[in-house]
Amino acid sequence: MNVGLQHYLVVSGLLFALGLLGVIVRRNVLVIYMSLELMLNAANLALVAFSRFNDNPNGQVFVFFVITVAAAEVAVGLALIVALYRKRQTVQVEDMTSLKL
Amino acid sequence: MTMPDMLFYVFAALTLIFGFLVIANPWSRSPVTSAMFLVLTMVSLAGLFVLLQAFFLAAVQVLVYAGAVMVLFLFVVMLLDLKVEERRKLRKAGVALGVVAVSGFIFLFLKSLLHSELSPAASPTLVGGTVNLGKLLFRQYALPFEIVSVLLLVAMVGVVILSKKDLR
Repeated sequence: MNVGLQHYLVVSGLLFALGLLGVIVRRNVLVIYMSLELMLNAANLALVAFSRFNDNPNGQVFVFFVITVAAAEVAVGLALIVALYRKRQTVQVEDMTSLKL
Repeated sequence: MTMPDMLFYVFAALTLIFGFLVIANPWSRSPVTSAMFLVLTMVSLAGLFVLLQAFFLAAVQVLVYAGAVMVLFLFVVMLLDLKVEERRKLRKAGVALGVVAVSGFIFLFLKSLLHSELSPAASPTLVGGTVNLGKLLFRQYALPFEIVSVLLLVAMVGVVILSKKDLR
């Protein structure tokens, strides 16, 4: 069986599921952030696959923008984590519950 | 099986294995190993991009993600100077709920994929090229391109302000 669009979509979906699992299960803020990156990359893979199999290069442009925005997001998010660490001396989400009732 | 198909299976397996090791490494719970496996995941994904004829995006993936973003991650891990943290017990209920939610997601995803109207042997047609992508980016998408540059500037200024010692 030739490798088609479905194969790429299955890989993308499984990668997204792995990222989701990481966000739900892990307790370290940095690792949660890396799982977010995994999910973004799964979406990128789906977009590139659709772009290739539908003969539409707009998908690749969109992935380009997603990568740029993700880079900006990582920079701001990591700065927030560093600021949070200065205040609370922890990276475990269980210790950051000041909003909890 | 042709060569690209075989390479697809190799890269797909590598991507998923490394992705799993990012979130659940049986040997170490340290964020540094997670970051290293994330680099390998990005590189395998770049291989998949090459198989999809998106050469420019594959290069950008390696340069921006495996290069810049991961250096940023490692830099922050070093900056935080985490002590060898006690291996905290993962809460059983949390893990169980997570697995249930994620398997529900996978079930729905595969079910919708099976019932979708994608023709099974949709032939790949798009021949990607940096020239086409560049033309599209600087003609049709010139305005979003400029907006993204402003976004990067805003992110840079924001990070500088966020990392000041006293937020005044």
